[in-house]
Amino acid sequence: MNRVSFLIKTAIRDSRKDRGKLIMFMSSIILGIAALVAINSFNDNLVRDIDNQAKSLLGADLVVSGNRPASEAVRAAFDSLPGEKATEVELFSMAYFGSADETQFVKIKAFEGNFPFYGEILTDPEDAAGRFRSGPYALVDEGLMIQMGLSPGDPVKLGESIFEIIGQLKNDIGAAGISSSFAPPVYISSQYLEETNLVQPGSLVDYAYYAKLPEDIDPDLWEESHRAEFRNDNMRISTVEEEKEDLNEAFDALNNFLNLVALVSLLLGCLGVASSVFIYIKNKISSIAVFRCLGMKGRDAFFIYLFQIFVLGAVSVIAGIILGSAIQVFLPMIMSDLLPFEVSTSMSWGAILEGFIIGIVITVLFSLLPLVSVRKISPLRTLRTGFETEREKGDPLKWAIHALIFTTILTFLWVLTGSLKDASIFASGLLASFLGLYLAARLLMWAIRRFFPVKWSFVFRQGLSNLYRPNNQTRTLLVSIGLGTAVLTTLFIIQGLLLENVSGMDAGNQPNMILYGIERDQAEELARITDSFDMPIIQQLPIVTMDLEAWKGRSKKEWLADTTANIRRWAATREARVTYRDYVDANEELVEGTFVGTRKSPGDSIFISLGEDYARGLDVGIGDEITWNVQGLRMKTYVSSLRSIEFRNMQARFFIVFPTGVLENAPQFQVLVTKSPDIATTAAYRKTVVKAFPNVSVVDLASILSSLNEILDKVSYVIKFMAAFSILTGLIVLISSLLLSKFQRIRESVLLRTIGASRKQILSINATEYFLIGALSAATGILISLLGSWLLARFQLELDFSIRWLPILAVFFIVVSLTTLIGVLNSRDVIRKSPLEVLRNV
Amino acid sequence: MDKSTLMEEILVVRDVSKHYQSGEKDLTVLQQIDFTIQSGERVAIVGPSGSGKTTLLGLCAGLDMPSTGTIALCGTMLNPLTEDERAFLRNKHVGFIFQNFQLIPTLTAIENVMIPLELKGTKGAAETARKLLERVRLGDRLHHYPAQLSGGEQQRVSLARAFSNAPSILFADEPTGNLDDETSHGVENLLFELNREQGTTLVIVTHDMELARKTDRIIQLKGGQIVQDAAVTELPTTR
Repeated sequence: MNRVSFLIKTAIRDSRKDRGKLIMFMSSIILGIAALVAINSFNDNLVRDIDNQAKSLLGADLVVSGNRPASEAVRAAFDSLPGEKATEVELFSMAYFGSADETQFVKIKAFEGNFPFYGEILTDPEDAAGRFRSGPYALVDEGLMIQMGLSPGDPVKLGESIFEIIGQLKNDIGAAGISSSFAPPVYISSQYLEETNLVQPGSLVDYAYYAKLPEDIDPDLWEESHRAEFRNDNMRISTVEEEKEDLNEAFDALNNFLNLVALVSLLLGCLGVASSVFIYIKNKISSIAVFRCLGMKGRDAFFIYLFQIFVLGAVSVIAGIILGSAIQVFLPMIMSDLLPFEVSTSMSWGAILEGFIIGIVITVLFSLLPLVSVRKISPLRTLRTGFETEREKGDPLKWAIHALIFTTILTFLWVLTGSLKDASIFASGLLASFLGLYLAARLLMWAIRRFFPVKWSFVFRQGLSNLYRPNNQTRTLLVSIGLGTAVLTTLFIIQGLLLENVSGMDAGNQPNMILYGIERDQAEELARITDSFDMPIIQQLPIVTMDLEAWKGRSKKEWLADTTANIRRWAATREARVTYRDYVDANEELVEGTFVGTRKSPGDSIFISLGEDYARGLDVGIGDEITWNVQGLRMKTYVSSLRSIEFRNMQARFFIVFPTGVLENAPQFQVLVTKSPDIATTAAYRKTVVKAFPNVSVVDLASILSSLNEILDKVSYVIKFMAAFSILTGLIVLISSLLLSKFQRIRESVLLRTIGASRKQILSINATEYFLIGALSAATGILISLLGSWLLARFQLELDFSIRWLPILAVFFIVVSLTTLIGVLNSRDVIRKSPLEVLRNV
Repeated sequence: MDKSTLMEEILVVRDVSKHYQSGEKDLTVLQQIDFTIQSGERVAIVGPSGSGKTTLLGLCAGLDMPSTGTIALCGTMLNPLTEDERAFLRNKHVGFIFQNFQLIPTLTAIENVMIPLELKGTKGAAETARKLLERVRLGDRLHHYPAQLSGGEQQRVSLARAFSNAPSILFADEPTGNLDDETSHGVENLLFELNREQGTTLVIVTHDMELARKTDRIIQLKGGQIVQDAAVTELPTTR
């Protein structure tokens, strides 16, 4: 008989009665691969859809945009392009909905021309998209209309004009889903924008010029030839190709996150594979010894079990691929709030192939560790069951497999993140977590032996000693349960931190409301209104907008053209919003120079104070000269001081502070910062202000917080859904390890039953063992997650670190309960059946 | 050793000792064991618990290697062989019977018997196995798993498996140690019947003197050393 066919036949025969024991092994692979395939399929579809839909997302072939109207030169260049054109003016303002008597901070988009050229504005009723440009009509965000109970025909007041709402806006061209949470969009025709009186000097307005080009014009070539010139005018050119790149870049983070989730599931799956195969082989040792005794070579025995694992692994990988392909259909629905367009759900053969290859590699790789021991199982075990081969300990092949596993994970991460550094950090973190958990297990085992409570009751002593006796599962369980707990807790902690850092801004006497766009003649009345609500005026400052023209003897153009200059583009090109005052604010600290508060006489030099980051961005220091263009008037100034600025609470901050006695007569608007005692006052105050001064925008922290909460809820929903893969795989690993450990414990439990232990005693012994494993795993996992979250918060997210104990305690409680419960359920065979019945089967 | 001599002498044990490392201590289990077994001979190794009987059996069958001394089995020196080469030799020449039967629980009776034949690449393994199982009166239990068989039946499957590859030498470790008297007699009778039929050399480790006396020669161990090596006929008959 052919040797290989004999080995395969033996592998099949041998596995016949034991396949059930590998169900958990299969489940681990199925879940891990399902996560990977689902996520990769989703990512593939996302990339393909970005490719297909970028044009309709941009709405045009080319867009020129900036935060001020295009200069004559820019406009001339743009107008020289052939094809259809359109413009859009976008600004943020308050809207007053008379029928609901409610106000809302909104994003107004005013269109001129037949924009979008590609894709469409979706409205209800459908014809509203075509009609809103024909009169003083508005399209209002669908969510906002539902929230305020608005319907077509209702009025909306924007600035000083009243518009009729003619439809619900179902999509916002060029915006990701989440941005509408901050300020829902309202579309109007640009011919009615001026009447609103919202566009004033200093208003935060964005301008976009759209072009639909004939096919013979390459937008990217045009962009390339005009980029530098437009950039000097603070205008940006976007093309469909750039939009694709931007979108791909924007979704890279999501993509990476999802891939990491898949990786964690996969790694937990690997853990499941290794632990299941380990126990499976342990249960096969006597059979292998007999095979060896009867003359089977070590490598043949190894092949038999490798074949079993490989076949079941391959079946599981295929099942995982099918499940993953099914799940990916639901991912776009779950993520719809985060996506600017619908993602298709077609099968991705690339993802399937990748899943198959990774699945097989991982199955074989992680099975190899326990499988190589098969080669070394001595036939002498047939005579002496306790015989251990000492040679096993120094098996160089095992070290090689360990190294191979680490290298594979590192390579996989490298491919995933595109950065060897990031991959190394993540892999090292993972390795450190594994080691931490492993060491915790060793420490526990050592501590129990060393400080064994000899005077405790028999039941507790038995449960405790199970943790270090031969065939214990302490290390495997601690690592698998601990890792799952660490992943889950980290998610909770980070989510909590994000919310807490924002809500902390409202604490104590910190301001929680900011009003901007106040005209000079409105300031006094607004102060009176604020006072009438018994609210303090924490800040009331003028803002003058100006352009940076030259510094240190070189014009801005020269600076920007000099590629060796040590300056930041954002600092050089931004429109400067300047205030003037004669004091250093409480949120600021003078770090260098002297703060000059007042210019004594008109002929004196003007000494200004800069934020240190801004000064660094311009590469200027104390005494350097800066020339500004204040709405047509040139003004030479000197840097007299640098300030560090605290950005933690809600106040107006200024990189550039002029002394009093310079800008008082320049065109300006004001900003007012106050604190509202409660939500009701906020609503009433906001309504009064908007009714009296429709041009004034009121931003309150409560609505920012609620928007942020909404966004975080959406994001955390996605995170939780994806983390469910990890949790489920972790659970499978948990059940798998615990169920298989049953085979280690059952004989002892039966013997105890035989010699008179009661059901309660058996249950208590098992409960003690698994409670301790659960508690230590959860505690170590939580510790690791605390450390990981702290590192993330400190170095990656730059958040203040604090801990919300309630969700952590909940995780601890759930993990411990689940571990104990499953552990106790393991004993049900021993308890339900008679000892004789069980003894015959073990 | 002279090769022509080895053909007659199926097992040659020369000056064999076996030490184990137990913690810090060096434990000597066997000391300077020296004996030869001729082809077709039936030998019992007896001695009290801990005397080194099973260790000696393991060494003779090539399941383990001596610390010092040499062993030649079926004309081949075991010392220089690797574990896989010894496995090949076992499959070719050696049969085993164990006290605890050592049947593979996931294989049926007939599949257990077929293993040595299939390992050897013998054709018609199933037919040979079936005949052997019928010979041990288990023709109606061919497809039963070990857990579905009684102890005596399991040991008869084990007997069939041991003889399936027509071994030159058969090692039996306490073959009736786990069986009641009546079943033991049945298994013993079958063992000697098959041994006669196939002309196999038989090495039995036992502390059952009654079983030992059914062989031709008894090697008695005590404290890891041979204290007596004599033909059964030379020994006084005691009950």
